[in-house]
Amino acid sequence: MAFRDGPFENIKVPLAWTAAVVVIVGIIGAVMLLLGDSRQSRNVGGYAPVRAGFETGAAPVGGVLSAPVRWTGNAVDYVKGYFFAVSENRRLRAEIVELNAWRDEALALKNLNGRYEQMLGVKTEPPVPMVTGLAITDARGPFARSRLLNIGAAKGIHVGNPVLSEHGLVGRIMGAAAGNSRMLLLTDVASRTPVLVERTDARAMLTGDGSGSPRLDYIRGAGSVQEGDRIMTSGDGGGFPRGLPIGVAAKGVDGTWRVKLFSDRSAIDYVRVLLFQDFSQLADQNALNAAPLASLAAAPPPTPAQAAAIQDVATRRAAAAAATAERVRAANAAPPPAPVAAPTPVPARTPTAAAARPAAVRPATPQPRPVAPRPAAPAPQPVAPAPDAEPTPAGAAE
Amino acid sequence: MRRAITVRVVGPLQWIVYPALIAIAVTVLLAIPFRLFGLNLPEPVLPIVLAFAWPLIRPSMLAPLVLFGLGLFLDLFWGGTLGLWPLSLLAVYGAILLASNFLAGQATIVLFALYVASTGFAFFLAYMITTLSLGSAPSILAVLGQVVPTLLLFPLADWLIQRFDDADVRFR
Repeated sequence: MAFRDGPFENIKVPLAWTAAVVVIVGIIGAVMLLLGDSRQSRNVGGYAPVRAGFETGAAPVGGVLSAPVRWTGNAVDYVKGYFFAVSENRRLRAEIVELNAWRDEALALKNLNGRYEQMLGVKTEPPVPMVTGLAITDARGPFARSRLLNIGAAKGIHVGNPVLSEHGLVGRIMGAAAGNSRMLLLTDVASRTPVLVERTDARAMLTGDGSGSPRLDYIRGAGSVQEGDRIMTSGDGGGFPRGLPIGVAAKGVDGTWRVKLFSDRSAIDYVRVLLFQDFSQLADQNALNAAPLASLAAAPPPTPAQAAAIQDVATRRAAAAAATAERVRAANAAPPPAPVAAPTPVPARTPTAAAARPAAVRPATPQPRPVAPRPAAPAPQPVAPAPDAEPTPAGAAE
Repeated sequence: MRRAITVRVVGPLQWIVYPALIAIAVTVLLAIPFRLFGLNLPEPVLPIVLAFAWPLIRPSMLAPLVLFGLGLFLDLFWGGTLGLWPLSLLAVYGAILLASNFLAGQATIVLFALYVASTGFAFFLAYMITTLSLGSAPSILAVLGQVVPTLLLFPLADWLIQRFDDADVRFR
C-alpha cells in the first residue's frame, strides 16, 4: 500500500503553523544573541571575530560606493574654488592678519610654559603618533552611530584609539580588523567620554543618545557651564589625552546641557586616528617591569684593576671571618676557673635552709657560650621615668 | 483550436529572495557618507516593509529565516547590538502572521494604520532593548528621525502585497 493511500493521507500541517514555529525558533535565537552580546564588552566577547570578518567583507563594497561621492565632492570643491577665488583670497588674507597675532602670543606662551614645566619638574605627555584614514560607510540611526574606516590593525590601530576630524574629536575605535576598523561616534548611545569645561575646569561626562548633539551628564559644580563654553577631553580615566577639542555647550530643547560638536561643521570623511591607548603607554614598561637588581646582570665585566680590588676585599673578609671563628672556638675550649674556698666554716645544713636555697646543678663539662653579635654602635639606653613622675592614665592622650 | 495558456509560477525567489537582496543593496547604498547642504541621507529600516508584507502575502517557512538573516545583517552592518533587529523584525512578522486571517483583503488605509502600528512596535522593542542593555535611552527625536523615513516606505509594502497576494484560501 502506498503512503498516500494510508491513514495519513489527509493529515496536513498548516503552513501558518510551521511558519509560526520558525518564528519562535528565530526569536529564541535572537534573544540568545542579545544575551551574548554587549556593546561595552564587545571586544572581549565571542562576536568580535564575526564582526571583524563581516566588516572585512563590507569595507571594499563601501569603499567602491563611496568613491564616486568623494570624487563628486572634490569636483564641486574645485569648481567652487575657481569661481570664488577672489572672495576666498580676501577672507584668507584677513584671517592671516588675525592669526599672526595669535601665533606670536602662542609662541611666547609656549616658551613661558616650557620654562614653568622645567622649573616645576612637570612630566609632560609625549607627542602621540597619528594615522590618517577614510570613512567609507556611515550608520546614523538612533541605536547605532558608527563608521567604518579603511585603516586597521595593520597600521597600528587598537581598540580605544581616539579619532579626530580636522575640527575636533569624532569618536573612538571600537573594533579593528587587519585592513579596516569601526569607529564609535561620540553621538552613539553607548558612547561615554570624560570631558571638562575649559572656562571653569569643571568635569562632566559626555553621553551620546543617538541625536546629533550629545548630552552633558554629571556636571560637577553649580553654574559651571554657560552657553558657548568650549568643551574638551579631560583625560580622566586615561582613555583620551587631555585637551582634545569637542565642541561648545548649548541648552537642548529638553532643558539639558548639550554639546554642539565641532566635527559637525563639515562631512566626516578623512579622519586621523591617534595611536594613543591609555596612560600606561606613557611610562617605560620595561623599566617598570624590571627586577630591582636586574641591571647587575647586564653590567659590563670589571676591569683587571677592579677584579683585583674585588678579590682583595673578598680575601680580607674571609680571613677576618676565619680569625673570629678561631677566637670563639678557643674561648669555648678554655677550662673554667677553679672555685675559691670560703674562709668561714660551713654551718650545719638544716632541712629548712636546704629547702630555702636549693643547690644549683653545675654541669660536668663546660657548655659553649653562644656568641652574641656585637652591635656597631652602643644601643640607646632606655629612658627610665623620673621617680616623682606621675603615671600617665590610659586615656590621657585621647 | 485551443490556445496554450502560459502559467506563470511565482515562487519564493520572486517574493522573498529578490526583495531581500534589494533591501540589502539599498541599505548599503544609503550608508554612503554623503552630505549635502548639511543634510545626510535618510536611514530607514527597509526590512520592516518585508516583515509587514510577507505574512500578508502568504505564510512561509523561508520568510522568517530570511528576516532573521536580514536583521543580523543590519546589526553587523550598522555596528549595533547583535540580535536587536532580528528580534524586532520577527516580532512584527509573528504578530502580523497571527492576525493575517483578519487582515486579508482590507482597504489600503487599514493596512497603512497596521503598518504604522507594526513599525511603532518594532521601534519600541528596539528602544527598550537598547535602553536595557546600555543603561541609557536613545533620544526620542533621533528615533523619530528613523521612524518617519520607514513609514514613508509604506507604498512599497502595499505594492508588494498587491503584486504577490494570490488570495489563495489554502494558505489561510
